[in-house]
Amino acid sequence: MTTTAAARRPRTRTALRHRLAERGVDRTLLLILPGALAVLALFCYPFLYGLQLSFQPAKGGVLGAYRAFFSDPFARKSIWSTFSLAIPASLINVGASVPISYRMRREFRGKRLLLAILVVPITLGTVLTAEGILEFYGPAGWFNRTLHWLGLADSPVHLTMNYTGVLLSLIISGFPFSYLLTHSYLSGIHPSLEKAAATLGAGWWQRFRHITFPLLLPGLMTTFCLSFVMAFAVFPSALMVGDPDGKTHVISIEVYQAALERFDYVQGCADAMIMTVLMLAVLAAVTGLRARLYSGATGGKG
Amino acid sequence: MTRTKPSTPETPPTPATPPSPTAAQKSPPAAATSPAARARRASQLGELRLSGVSRAYGAHLALHPLDLTIHGGEFVALLGPSGCGKTTALNCLAGLLPLTSGEITMDGRRVDTLAPEKRGFGMVFQNYALFPHLTVRANVAFGLKMRKVGKAETRRRVDDVLDLVRLGEHAHKHPGQLSGGQQQRVSIARAIVMEPPLVLMDEPLSNLDAALRLSMRSEIRRIHQEFGLTTIYVTHDQEEALSLADRLVVLHAGQVSQIGAPAELYEHPADAHVAAFMGYRNLLVLDLAAVDGTGAVAEGRGLKVRGTVVGGAGLRAGDTATVAIRPEDLRVAEADEQPMAEATAEVVEYHGRVLHVEAVTAHGDRLHLKSAGPVRPGDAVRVAVDADRALVFPRTEESGQLPEQGPGSEGGAP
Repeated sequence: MTTTAAARRPRTRTALRHRLAERGVDRTLLLILPGALAVLALFCYPFLYGLQLSFQPAKGGVLGAYRAFFSDPFARKSIWSTFSLAIPASLINVGASVPISYRMRREFRGKRLLLAILVVPITLGTVLTAEGILEFYGPAGWFNRTLHWLGLADSPVHLTMNYTGVLLSLIISGFPFSYLLTHSYLSGIHPSLEKAAATLGAGWWQRFRHITFPLLLPGLMTTFCLSFVMAFAVFPSALMVGDPDGKTHVISIEVYQAALERFDYVQGCADAMIMTVLMLAVLAAVTGLRARLYSGATGGKG
Repeated sequence: MTRTKPSTPETPPTPATPPSPTAAQKSPPAAATSPAARARRASQLGELRLSGVSRAYGAHLALHPLDLTIHGGEFVALLGPSGCGKTTALNCLAGLLPLTSGEITMDGRRVDTLAPEKRGFGMVFQNYALFPHLTVRANVAFGLKMRKVGKAETRRRVDDVLDLVRLGEHAHKHPGQLSGGQQQRVSIARAIVMEPPLVLMDEPLSNLDAALRLSMRSEIRRIHQEFGLTTIYVTHDQEEALSLADRLVVLHAGQVSQIGAPAELYEHPADAHVAAFMGYRNLLVLDLAAVDGTGAVAEGRGLKVRGTVVGGAGLRAGDTATVAIRPEDLRVAEADEQPMAEATAEVVEYHGRVLHVEAVTAHGDRLHLKSAGPVRPGDAVRVAVDADRALVFPRTEESGQLPEQGPGSEGGAP
């Protein structure tokens, strides 16, 4: 077949399909459709609806609801409360999953059991976790009874109905996610890299410090982001094991109270938008940092 | 790592001499013991001794007790099919696998109890194992950094070694930006920059394409000659082993089949496994009809071969034996000659000067032979072999299923 003959007749038809396929447009793209529609209907529409609603307060002009939030010291303080919970919780989750997943790469007796124990909290709802914390760490719970019995504490240690309780619940429910993510990032690093470092004279700490950690860091940052997003939206445990009118008056409680206790939907929407912007700001900062790191292949071949 | 020389008597106390043109001479192992014969850079290693080194995985003995002495400056290849224990042996040497039993000593100092980072051996991995987040320069400098070598000194040595592997202008790149051959050269540079007493190479060329493999092979040879670093090289490619090594160790199922110089192994394989690796592609399990001194007649399934008995003084008529013949030694029988076999050509491959013919006998035995004349699939061929070219080995258990050789195995040496 000559090129001119091929170029003449069926050209326009096949070429279009070809060109589309080059850009990844073909019939399998329809697989995305149901999910995309669901996202549009269940996320984009409500979000945009809420966004426009937040600019229509009863008084104070377009930005009235936002002004109201920032002029109320109690509401303003909820930002601080949220960050002071979400950031330490995410850091602890990520920090704790590194050494555990580092060791869990190799086989040992009882590894499967330990893995099950580490991951099981995923299956518990936040309410159940909060209940459990109340029972176990409460003033008359097992934890304090054990401390008392051991003579380590005269009066019960206050671990619930305050900041500590919420932090504990965030760690219990957030750690499994962090661990699973970190583990998969870590197993993506080829073991021969550490072996190579060892033959070049690096001890275990130097191997971790110079090879494994830099390669893992982008993954850790992603893990941090996910953990942070989950912790930032903390709600049930902040109500149940926290101090919702004081130290753990987080921003989601502020939203809830505005919308469903004071029935000020506009204020609720504005608060939710503030919450979203803050969350996105942190994600943008972490992602920006991450982009400056090496984030290519972590296999043995480089 | 200290750069002091071990005080063994065979190591000259003079500082390392720069490589001279005469250094590019392949020195036999014996030369390593006489200082006068060594023009090339003195090796830091006098002698590495493996005694009874073995490794078991559960009940499976991956490496049977191995005894081997390696002299300074020597290039030793561990050769064998996959699963023969050669990589296990190398990992045991590097300290990446603990020994099940045995002892490794370097100039009388025991090293098998040391962690890999304390041994100071350079290792080149099959998958290169370059640090993907570091530049070429940082990769090569890594070992020096771990040993806290000064900045200026590091820079000088890294530059030197990058020039040696001809990667000077790629120093600032990341491994991902390099081709496979360049990555492998970085990996070699990284292993030799510390001038380690021992360099371990684990099938370093197996991920490269054929042409690159050839050029990297001479590169490795050149680097070895320039640096004179004692090297242990693991490969499954006999051609690579024959062309690079001063001495070969052929392993089979975790056991040593033969140790010797390339020519020795090529010309006098000790058993059928070594023969299979040295280009004897035709391995026929036959019964011995007669044995007479070193001559023997083996027959069965319509085949009748007169061959030479190797390493099996105990062979007697009636025993089963493996007859090994190289494809290039099989020829078309003369008109008045009794052929060894009559077969039908099935596959004919064009290999330039000769044709490679795979012929099948009436009983289903496959024969590989080379033919200078025209042969077509379906042609009947009468095959003959000279008695001194057919080696008769006592039969080993699995000789029926010896490793299938790759394309690199044909006529590895003249």
